Amino acid sequence: MSAITIKDLTVWFGTGAERNDAVKDVSFDVADGESFGLVGESGSGKSTILRAIAGLVPTWSGEMTVAGETLGPKRSKAFYSKVQMVFQDPYASLHPRQTVDRVLSEAMRLHGVENIDSRIGTLLDDVGLGPGFRFRYPHQLSGGQRQRVAIARALACDPSILLLDEPTSALDVSVQAEILNLLVDLRHEHKLTYIMVSHDLGVVGHLCERIGVMKDGRFEEVLTVEDMRAFKATSPYTRHLLESSINSIR
Amino acid sequence: MSTTQGLRDWLLTEEPTSRRQARYASWYKGWLTLRSNKLTMFGLYVLAFLVLCAIFAPVLATHDPFAQDLGQRLLAPGENGHFFGTDSLGRDIYSRLLYGARISIYIVLLVVMVAPLVGLIVGTVSGYAGGWIDVVLMRITDIFLAFPRLILALAFVAALGAGIENAVLAISLTAWPPYARIARAETLTIRNSDFIHAIKLQGAGPFRIVTRHIWPLCISSLVIRVTLDMAGIILTAAGLGFLGLGAQPPSPEWGAMISEGRKYILDYWWVATIPGIAIFAISLAFNLLGDGMRDVLDPKEDNS
Amino acid sequence: MTDAPLLDVENLWVKFRTRTGVFDAVRGVSFTLGKERLGIVGESGSGKSMTGRAILRLIRPPGFIEADKLELKGEDILNAPEKRMRQLRGGRVSMIMQDPKFSLNPVMTVGQQLVEALRAHEKVSRSEARQRALEVLDEVAIRDVDRVYDLYPHEVSGGMGQRIMIAMMLLPNPEILIADEPTSALDVSVQLQVLDIIDKLVSDRGMGLMFISHDLNLVAKFCDRIVIMYAGRIVETCKASELRNASHPYTLGLLNSVPDLEHPRDRLEVLKRDPAWREAPSVSARQ
Repeated sequence: MSAITIKDLTVWFGTGAERNDAVKDVSFDVADGESFGLVGESGSGKSTILRAIAGLVPTWSGEMTVAGETLGPKRSKAFYSKVQMVFQDPYASLHPRQTVDRVLSEAMRLHGVENIDSRIGTLLDDVGLGPGFRFRYPHQLSGGQRQRVAIARALACDPSILLLDEPTSALDVSVQAEILNLLVDLRHEHKLTYIMVSHDLGVVGHLCERIGVMKDGRFEEVLTVEDMRAFKATSPYTRHLLESSINSIR
Repeated sequence: MSTTQGLRDWLLTEEPTSRRQARYASWYKGWLTLRSNKLTMFGLYVLAFLVLCAIFAPVLATHDPFAQDLGQRLLAPGENGHFFGTDSLGRDIYSRLLYGARISIYIVLLVVMVAPLVGLIVGTVSGYAGGWIDVVLMRITDIFLAFPRLILALAFVAALGAGIENAVLAISLTAWPPYARIARAETLTIRNSDFIHAIKLQGAGPFRIVTRHIWPLCISSLVIRVTLDMAGIILTAAGLGFLGLGAQPPSPEWGAMISEGRKYILDYWWVATIPGIAIFAISLAFNLLGDGMRDVLDPKEDNS
Repeated sequence: MTDAPLLDVENLWVKFRTRTGVFDAVRGVSFTLGKERLGIVGESGSGKSMTGRAILRLIRPPGFIEADKLELKGEDILNAPEKRMRQLRGGRVSMIMQDPKFSLNPVMTVGQQLVEALRAHEKVSRSEARQRALEVLDEVAIRDVDRVYDLYPHEVSGGMGQRIMIAMMLLPNPEILIADEPTSALDVSVQLQVLDIIDKLVSDRGMGLMFISHDLNLVAKFCDRIVIMYAGRIVETCKASELRNASHPYTLGLLNSVPDLEHPRDRLEVLKRDPAWREAPSVSARQ
């Protein structure tokens, strides 16, 4: 069974002459428990796909079926208890005036979770933060710790699908490793399905089994990580991307 | 000594252990920032002094503020036990000033409770909803903004009748549009931030987002603006009093006192000058406080 | 070695006064910079950017700088008057910032800004300044320089913006270029282009380059010598070619924490931070 099926998705911004198609006729599906990566340069439309799935961009056409639910213009509350998102910039994704406790308890209250107090403890534990972090404000946390809080918030309602929008690109490499390991662990523990957006092939290759390479709002090609490693990419753009990222790693 | 040290540590801890402690700690840090600004603290002291004067006016006053004694009229400051002299009807200016502080603070409090709240609601709703709601609300705001403040207040008072309550209402009606503008601008930047998206993805509705997530961030800039505007509010109230449209004689409102003293300004300078100094002091105090509040409340500077 | 190095820094401290005492962002760093490419690597908060700023004395209060020696070609810049510093900044020492969007003035065209930058340091006529600006734009591999000259910053892409920044910094012929994460806001493929340009310019003009980055692999590939900073101190320094022989656990941790497409691992290595690193004395990177 596939967790996510996207068919002919087109997303645009603006209307009339100003209309700009950020995503054009994109189709893919992600199996239950799979981890799918979207790679491309800035402006290639990769984040826009995630935002369209999450319901943050209302102007789209095509068909989207997520967790058995065919999506319309509005998302139901049940949808949000199955699908959650982690944002790129941990400095912007936490309310500056709310403590970690407040962020997590509000998320749980909205989903009608019981035993909020004890659940917050387990949740913080899950993402590798001790109880000492519970009543801190975001400005008392480092970037990596903030991202952990953001992941905890996404996990508050026990979703089955996580949309990851460049979750590590604002972090140091050493912290990036911690967060990536955490994401790998959580995926096993909670049987999660991931769609991850990144510009870094190394990161996507570490976490995902299949990768869609995007350019100008379209898929250049979709290939498995093994193929990518074996340099079996057919499109010249993917090869170019591979070359430059392997170069920069060496 | 050791308990105050313990309390300080408890408040400045990096790892609060309860909701209460976290909240108190953030207030305490704000207070420390405020305290480090000397001018702000001066403003705060002046205000505290004025508030105390207003509260203890009956104790501090040496005379009945309304008691006329035509034999004692227009006495110079210090004469016959009148600290600040007497006015044209022989009333003690010092006592009237104390009771007048009550009226001024009363006006300020009422305006502060009405205008920013209206502005906050209009601005955030307009900013968050967008579309035609935004257009309608903002055009109404523009219409109010297009009139000079005092003229508009005059028109309202003229329509509603003179008196303190109507003056307050008129001032509030003219004071809210700038707050709506600020709140809307703040909302526009906040509503596209990731933490609002995140709470949307938790299934929160617009009402919750606006009241729980956007208001707390707008309130700080509104509070700053209010403290800076406070001077203007007091001056408008005084101006209405001066024009005879605010507090009515014999009530000792400061603006009205200046208005009465105006006739004698050349020969008996203190009758108008002393309430003038009082208005100046309270306006300046609010301005200084507002400046310091900006440092405390601006979340962008929150990197201590 | 050669005569006086371009930059000589000994025991540099950057401190900030805070409510709870003095916080040391940089703690006793020593290094020299010759006509070479020196990479400074560290995590955020390691003090690498502060070091770069301290050299131009761009630390604002409540921060302040202390050092035994801070010399630019033998000239003391620790106690130089502010007027002299303004001549040095952008004149003999230039700095490229992380994000071109915030470094270019949005209401002036690219060309105007280049001309302004040049005329601030040299007395040249407008037409000559224009000529020089066009030349330097050409040097940073911008095609169609006449068109770019009249564009506003919002009309150019990120990579182009960064190249314009580089051009602006190069105009007055600086001897030292400080590049603070010049490519981290750019896409991978553009990154390499920009790096190539910097590389070429540095070697052609014989400048000293201080390249500040969090990306050890990138720095290793690009620089001659590497300084690794942790918690405000230098924990290790080595030639880029000998990085594979690095011994400090922090350096190894940084190297191994990067996910590598070609060599997949189940788990990425995570740095186990040893409090002793923090206390260990700073290694000198003077030559």
